[in-house]
Amino acid sequence: MRLPAIGRGALFLALFCILVPGGSAGAKVYEPESFTLSNGMQVVAITDQRVPVVTHMVWYKVGGADEAPGETGLAHFLEHLLFKGTEKVPSGEFSRIVSRNGGQGNAFTGYDYTAYFQTIASDKLPLVMEMEADRMTNLMLDEDEVAAERQVVLEERRSRVDNSPAALLSERTNAALYLNYPYRRPLIGWAHEIEALTRENALAFYRKWYAPNNAILVVAGDITMERLKPLAEKYYGVIPARPVPERMRPEEPEQIAARRVELAHPLAAQESWTRRWLAPSRFWGESRHVLPLAVLAEVIGGGSTSRLYKKLVIEEKVALSVGAFSGGGDIGPSTFGFYGVPAEGHSVEALEKAVEAELQAILRDGVDPAEVARAVKSMKASAVYARDSVTAPAHAVGQALAVGRTIEQIESWPEEVGAVTAEQVMEAARAVLTKPGHVTSVLRPKPAS
Amino acid sequence: MTTMLFRCAVFALGTLLVLGRAGGAEAIEIKRVVSPGGIEAWLVEDHKNPIITLSASFKGGAAADPDGKEGLADMVAALLDEGAGPYDSEAFRRQLEDRVIGLGFSAGRDGFSARLQTLTEHSDTAFELMRLAMSEPRFDPEPVERIRAQIVSSLKRSATRPQTIASETWWRAAFPDHPYGRPDSGTVDSVGRITVEDMKGFAGKVLTRDQMEIGVVGDIDPQRLGLLLDRTFGALPDTPAQTPLEAAQLSAVGETFVVEQAVPQSVVVFGHRGIPRDDPDRFAAAILMEIMAGGFGSRLTEEIREKRGLTYGIYAYSLPLDGAQMVMGGVSTRNDKVAETVRLVREIWAEMAENGPTEQEVRDAKTYINGSFPMQLTSSAPIAGMLVSLQRDKRPLDYLEKRPELIDSVTMTDLKRVAKRLFHADELTFVVVGQPKDLKATAPVPQPRS
Repeated sequence: MRLPAIGRGALFLALFCILVPGGSAGAKVYEPESFTLSNGMQVVAITDQRVPVVTHMVWYKVGGADEAPGETGLAHFLEHLLFKGTEKVPSGEFSRIVSRNGGQGNAFTGYDYTAYFQTIASDKLPLVMEMEADRMTNLMLDEDEVAAERQVVLEERRSRVDNSPAALLSERTNAALYLNYPYRRPLIGWAHEIEALTRENALAFYRKWYAPNNAILVVAGDITMERLKPLAEKYYGVIPARPVPERMRPEEPEQIAARRVELAHPLAAQESWTRRWLAPSRFWGESRHVLPLAVLAEVIGGGSTSRLYKKLVIEEKVALSVGAFSGGGDIGPSTFGFYGVPAEGHSVEALEKAVEAELQAILRDGVDPAEVARAVKSMKASAVYARDSVTAPAHAVGQALAVGRTIEQIESWPEEVGAVTAEQVMEAARAVLTKPGHVTSVLRPKPAS
Repeated sequence: MTTMLFRCAVFALGTLLVLGRAGGAEAIEIKRVVSPGGIEAWLVEDHKNPIITLSASFKGGAAADPDGKEGLADMVAALLDEGAGPYDSEAFRRQLEDRVIGLGFSAGRDGFSARLQTLTEHSDTAFELMRLAMSEPRFDPEPVERIRAQIVSSLKRSATRPQTIASETWWRAAFPDHPYGRPDSGTVDSVGRITVEDMKGFAGKVLTRDQMEIGVVGDIDPQRLGLLLDRTFGALPDTPAQTPLEAAQLSAVGETFVVEQAVPQSVVVFGHRGIPRDDPDRFAAAILMEIMAGGFGSRLTEEIREKRGLTYGIYAYSLPLDGAQMVMGGVSTRNDKVAETVRLVREIWAEMAENGPTEQEVRDAKTYINGSFPMQLTSSAPIAGMLVSLQRDKRPLDYLEKRPELIDSVTMTDLKRVAKRLFHADELTFVVVGQPKDLKATAPVPQPRS
C-alpha cells in the first residue's frame, strides 16, 4: 500500500487500465544495471532513451511499519517535512527549483519504504541529485512550519479517511486482521497520534533511518550506468555511512479465530463485503505460494471472465460485483481476499454464503488447468506493457529492491509466473484459505438520524 | 483491401519535434497518415516495444443525451465492449483478456472516446475487436441489465460522496437550463429508462467518421496503419456533423451555496467564466493558471496549504468546453476553516486581477510549461491522447515545435491585461458540502431537475 503524500495534481491521467505488475514485473523487462557505492548505497540505472527525460528516485528502507507504538504516521509526517528545507535549499524551494527547471516531483510512504522522486529533463539530473543528497543529511526544521504541516496531514487524513466510510472501515479491518504485526496501524496515523507528533520525533526518526547505506538510488529513462556512476559517486558517494538499526518487526501469532468488523455509516450508500486472510509474502511464511496465489486471484476473481464473476454476477445475479485480490510484495504478512457488493434484493449475508460456497467448491474440486494456463499467459504478456513508461519501471524496481528483493528475482518474474501449475495453485489455496483466522468486514448504510 | 492500399499509397507527412538531446534520446516525429480510404490519423512511430496504442475521439458526449435519458453516453461506453458481432459478452471479454488487449470507451461532456492498446502480435485481432465494438455492438439483455445495475449502484454510491455532491450542485446552479446542468452519468431514474434502441441510436449517431480524430503511438508503420484504419473505421457512417451545442451563459454568478452534510471536512468547489480554447490569450492564460494553481510554489498552494496548513490540496484549472468556458477549482478543509479559506481564495483571485504576476513568477512559469512538456511523452497513452487533442483543436502538425516560442513571447503587458480578463473574485460561485462554520449561504441550493 502506498500513500502518496504530496499531490501536485496529475497533469496527465493514465488513459489505459492495463495492469502493470507492480513490484514484480519481469525477465528481460527492465534490464536494470546496478552497483553499490562504497558507503553502501545501491545505485540502479534503467535505460530507456525514447525521450530526454529521467525519473530520479531515492528509496529509504524505512516506512510506517518501523514506527514505534504511539507514533503512528511519523514516517509519513517526516516525508512531508523533507520539503521543509536545508541550509542550502530553504523551505519550499525544493519543489520550486524542480518546477523552475521544468520538472515534477513527489514523494510517498509505504509500510516498508519511503520514496522521493523527480521526473525532469535528463540534463537536469545533476541538479536533483545534488538536492536529494543534500536533504538526506542536512534537514532543518522550523517549529512553526512543523505545526502548519501537521495541520496539512490532518487535513489529508480527513480527505482520505474520515470523509470516507470505506476507508474508515478498511482502517479498522487492518487493525483486526493483524494481531501483532505493525501493518495493523494506519500509515497516515491515528488522528490523535498525528496531533501529538513533534519536530523532535521527526528529527529522531530521520537521524535513525535516513542514511546512504539504508537507501537505494534508481534512475530510469535517458541515462546509462556509464553516465550515472560518476554522478552517483559525486553526490551520494561522499555521504558517510552511519549505523542503522535492524528493522524490528514483531511476529504474528497463529491466527485461530475468525473475526467480523462491521460499520454502519450514514455516508455508506449500500452494503459491501470483504474477507481477508493473512497470506505469505516474499519474506514471510511460505513464500513459494506467492505467485500461485496471484494466479489463483486472477483465475477465480480477476475480471469479468473469472469464475466468481461469472457465477455470482452473471449467472446467480446475487452480486453486482465480486472479485479476489492477492499481495505478496511486503516484508511482513500479505493478504489474500475476496470482495463483493450484493445485487439489489440480496443481502450481504446471501452474497457471503455464495462466495463461501464457491470457495468450498474450488477447494474440493480444484481449478481448471486450462484456466490457470490462460491466466499465466496473460499475466506474462502484461509484463511487456510494463516497459512502456519511464516512471513505472523505476517505481517497480525501486519498490522490490526496497523490501529486499534482488534484481535477478525481479527479472525472473515472467519465468516464475510461467512455471506456475494448477497443482501449485491448489496447494497455495489450501494452505491459506482453509485457515479459520480470517477477517470479514461489512459496510452498511445507516439512516441519518 | 490490400489492392486498395497499393492503388493509392498511404500518404504521410512528417514533422520532427526535437526535444533537446542531453543523453542519447531521440527526437519524436509526428506523422500525418491518410489511409487509402481517406481516414486520417497522427502517428508517432516507436519500435522499442512491441506495443501499439490508439486513441480516438468523437463528437457528442453526455451533453448530447436526450432529456430524460441522461447517462446514455456513459451506458453506451460501458456496453460497447460487452459483446459485439459474433461474440457474446463472455466470448468478447475472453478475446480481450487472453491477449491482454486493452479496449475501452468513455464519455465526456462534449465527446466520446475510444482507446486501444495491444501487443503487435495481436494487433489484427485487437483492431478487429475494436471495429466490432463500434460497428456491431450487441447490447444483449444480460450485459445491458448487469451494467445498468452496476451504474445505478455507482450512482447511489457517489450520491453520498461530498465531492460528487459539490460538483453536481455547482453545475446545476451554473447551468439551470443547459445540458451541462444535468448529471453526466444520469440518475437512477434516467438510467432506468434507457433502452437498447436508445443505445443503438446513440452509437450510430456518435461513432461516425465525421469529426473523428485518431492518434496512434508505437510499433506500427504508416503503411500498416493505413490498412488497419480502413478496416477498423472504414465502415463507420460518414454522416454530417451533429448540431453544435448551444452556447451557455453561466447563472448563479457570485453566489455561495451550502449543502449540509455531517462530515468532518467540508468539500468546496468554485468557478466562474473562462476563455475559449482558441482564444488568442490562451497562452497568457496558461501561464497565469500555472502561477495561480500549478502545485507547490503557486499562489493558492503557497498561501492556503504551505503558510496556513488549511488544506492538503487546492487546485484550479481552465475548462474550455464547447458550450461554455470556465475556470474551476476546489479545496477541502475542516468545517471551522471554510469561511477563512473561501475568503482567502477570493483575496488571492482579486490580487492577481489587480496587480498581475511578478516577473519572477512569469519566468518560472514559462520555464516550467516549456521544460515539463517532454514529461508528457514518457509513455504511449498520453502521447496518443495528445495527438488527438492537437487534431481536435485544429493545431498544425508543427504546433509542438512552435508552442515554446508562443509561450515565451507572452509579455507582462499581456499578462496584466489577461489577469483582469481571467480572474473575477466577485463572480466566483462557491458550493460547500459539509457543516461549515461562520459561512453564510447567499442562495438556496438548487434542486435537481425532474
